[in-house]
Amino acid sequence: MSASLATVSYIGATILFILSLGGLSSPESSRRGNLYGIIGMTIAVVATVFGPRVTMGGLPWIIMAMAIGGSIGLYAARKVQMTQMPELVALMHSLVGLAACLVGFASYIDTSIEFTGAEKSIHEVEIYLGILIGAVTFSGSLIAFGKLSAKIGGKPMLLPGRHWMNLAGLLVVLWVGHSFLNAETAGGGAFALIVMTVIALAFGVHMVMAIGGADMPVVVSMLNSYSGWAAAATGFMLSNDLLIVTGALVGSSGAILSYIMCRAMNRNFISVIAGGFGTGGGTVVTAADGQPAGEVTPISALETAELLKDSKNVIIVPGYGMAVAQAQHTVYEITKFLREKGVNVRFGIHPVAGRMPGHMNVLLAEAKVPYDIVMEMDEINDDFPSTDVTMVIGANDIVNPAAQEDPNSPIAGMPVLEVWKSKTSIVMKRSMASGYAGVDNPLFYKENNRMLFGDAKKMLDEVLTALKA
Amino acid sequence: MSSIIGIPKEIYANEKRVASVPDVVEKLIKLGFGVVVESDAGALANFADDSYVAAGAKIVGTAAELWNASDIVFKVRAPGLDEVALIKEGTTLISFIWPAQNPELMQALAARKITVLAMDCVPRQLSRAQKMDALSSMANIAGYRAVIEAANQFGRFFTGQITAAGKVPPAKVFVAGAGVAGLAALGTAVSLGAIVRANDTRSEVADQVKSMGAEFVAVDYQEEGSGGGGYAKVMSEGFQQAQREMYAQQAREVDIIITTALIPGKPAPRLITAEMVQSMRAGSVIVDMAAEQGGNCELTVPGEVVVRHGVTIVGYTDLPSRLSKQASTLYATNLQRLTEELCKTKDGIIDVNFDDDAIRGLTVIKNGEITWPAPPLVLPAPPAPKAASAAPVAAKKSGHGKSEPMPAKKLGIIFGIGALAFWFVGAHAPEAFLGHFTVFVLACFVGYMVVWNVTPALHTPLMSVTNAISSIIAIGALVQISPPLEAGMVRPGFWIGILAVLGIILTSINMFGGFAVTRRMLAMFRK
Repeated sequence: MSASLATVSYIGATILFILSLGGLSSPESSRRGNLYGIIGMTIAVVATVFGPRVTMGGLPWIIMAMAIGGSIGLYAARKVQMTQMPELVALMHSLVGLAACLVGFASYIDTSIEFTGAEKSIHEVEIYLGILIGAVTFSGSLIAFGKLSAKIGGKPMLLPGRHWMNLAGLLVVLWVGHSFLNAETAGGGAFALIVMTVIALAFGVHMVMAIGGADMPVVVSMLNSYSGWAAAATGFMLSNDLLIVTGALVGSSGAILSYIMCRAMNRNFISVIAGGFGTGGGTVVTAADGQPAGEVTPISALETAELLKDSKNVIIVPGYGMAVAQAQHTVYEITKFLREKGVNVRFGIHPVAGRMPGHMNVLLAEAKVPYDIVMEMDEINDDFPSTDVTMVIGANDIVNPAAQEDPNSPIAGMPVLEVWKSKTSIVMKRSMASGYAGVDNPLFYKENNRMLFGDAKKMLDEVLTALKA
Repeated sequence: MSSIIGIPKEIYANEKRVASVPDVVEKLIKLGFGVVVESDAGALANFADDSYVAAGAKIVGTAAELWNASDIVFKVRAPGLDEVALIKEGTTLISFIWPAQNPELMQALAARKITVLAMDCVPRQLSRAQKMDALSSMANIAGYRAVIEAANQFGRFFTGQITAAGKVPPAKVFVAGAGVAGLAALGTAVSLGAIVRANDTRSEVADQVKSMGAEFVAVDYQEEGSGGGGYAKVMSEGFQQAQREMYAQQAREVDIIITTALIPGKPAPRLITAEMVQSMRAGSVIVDMAAEQGGNCELTVPGEVVVRHGVTIVGYTDLPSRLSKQASTLYATNLQRLTEELCKTKDGIIDVNFDDDAIRGLTVIKNGEITWPAPPLVLPAPPAPKAASAAPVAAKKSGHGKSEPMPAKKLGIIFGIGALAFWFVGAHAPEAFLGHFTVFVLACFVGYMVVWNVTPALHTPLMSVTNAISSIIAIGALVQISPPLEAGMVRPGFWIGILAVLGIILTSINMFGGFAVTRRMLAMFRK
């Protein structure tokens, strides 16, 4: 295959990737979008393997490596539970990061490519950046994976003077980078590279360790973005436009997701990264002055079923608790039953519900909930006043009226689902513990709110039995 | 030894309610109490003796037997002096009492050395006490019934209709006072299809009125009328003047007026004068829910329906009793909640605990000693001023394109920084780099445009598919495995090979796994 043909194939692959992301604008076109992605990837790989830059000698190695990786990947994709999607995604980000590192090192020790002058400096800067971003993505994603799969505690770990440590790390990285560019020998350069990689790995660990469980959606999408930038940096390093374009697409996609998540929590991106909510030590958020006085009204599963039966409009607001309890299938059974009875059941999804963007949508889709009754926050918020019963399943901060009513609340200004405006709201919760933000929730004390205590799955099963009885 | 709760038959004229219903009796027995019911106690509220027996209660034939058998007596109306004579020492009586209006009754009850809990003294400020707030339950029922009585007297539809025989205008209803009863009344009137307006001296209820689908008519005068405890206070002369003008105007315009204005411990305020009644259209209806306290309308006759100047004025004082089954059920539930508070141990023994603010407020006589009025409550935190001082925090809308455009200054700074960065790149970077840089910047913009169009429901598939796509980095590893070498070139092929093979393995996990899992997810999204 000639060089021109390979380039044209790359352009084709680029277009297919863009179409693939474009396809995700609606569930109808999304399946085709994914297919475009697969075709694009196939074209890109085939064009490279049979292109001018790979000789036939490497083919066995390539086939072997892809067979090993591919089978692991397919196996994982088949086995993963939908509730584990955030972990899987985080783990996959780490692979991209690690691959970027490896390619960067390989490119550095490759003596067959010679540059001089400004081009050499630029090439070296690209290698340096590629490895830096790759290493941060790798270690950060691994920690995120650990936190999401509860192998590491969800509490933010805050070392004293952590901002100074990060700053010092950055300065060292800059200084080492300077000496890397001016290194006389390959050995000196390699040493600088390794020092930088270690610092970058440590930085990735430190950064994600300092972030609390509720901020995970931001972290996951931020790492998504990093993995894209790592690919783009690799593209610059190898003068490959396909990598640059794809990296930029993925990078901006992740950046936009992080931005959406931050806005959904009314938080500044920087403050999320610097470690914020539930900070334990320094900025403990106690609602001492605004402690909602009052008492909660418990309700039984039986009464819940009665309420649901007698209502016309029901909105279900799921949160991370539903994922933990694996209650989505029971939720669907209840939904199906009520819809057959003519009750208008819909779902209200907050952008940061769950542990990654769109987490709840996937869980509900897995349980066969039709996507046209799953609404976004902005679509459904105006409908709460005309709703008879709102069921909040394992969510807390995203339905906290303090965000709107109490300007001193740490979550003031965060857009929330206005469940308290419905005639009755039922909050399913294990206990009276506060959410990740550590903020008490005045919703629980509202007169029209009922609390259904217990494990979400167990209680919903009881509700379903009571409904069918 | 668990206590016996007695439910006597109400003897007050026209009183149809009963203090407990079979469903609640069952729950009381679960709390450990025994229950005796006077024969026919629930007959007027459609609860037969048999249904009480089925719930586990015992029926006794006469009032005397009942009072003698009971340790605790649940009643609706305050006991008459005949009934007081039947009470044995040490009994606990739970009922409406109105201690301020009935000082002789209080003396008589105290003389019997008993404990009395007055349901009209529930401290309404305590949100904890709301579940036992019988006044609210009854007001709610009265408000509903007031509209039904009005509809009964009113010669027209409430809702507007266009029929083959011509157009029917909707009825206009004005509700004075938007407390529990007022809100219930306006809600009922709205649901019947009338055009409803309401007024209250407490401006904070305006939102509640609007949320029920009615219009709030404000008095054109600045004064805050909240008197604590959810009641209104007496207003200044200037305000009352402005209020009278507003009422006079409403009287000319509307078909039905429902008045609910009450001030605790005072006669009901005179809102509707004889002239206003005269100015109303013939066939109009006034329901005066404050008739028992003298009436909001000058021409009201308590307990009766009268026609004055062609306007029907309903002055019933027993509106809740006219919905006896509903009223009994709610009142019984209020008493049940109170019993739960009194008997936290669920062993059938009550404890009148004065450390509990709610119970302290309710108790007007303890063991023969008058403890009314209760000391004023010290509330833990007054939440009211907050609402005034802090404008509600405007929630930012999420979603693309709905936010405000950036201010010009900020935009200028960003453009400035961008221009500087571009100048720096242009001044220093070689030609070859710039080509790639162009591609990179444009790709970022394409990515930005495309990704904003992704529906939030598909954010997880978006992440997994971008993840799969980012394994395009495999190409970087692929080209390193065995590049065509020019003659004489040496490279550490072994090490590069290992790194590259590892890279390919890692990225293909991602590539295959990412696309496969996305496919699996997307297949689940079904209509």
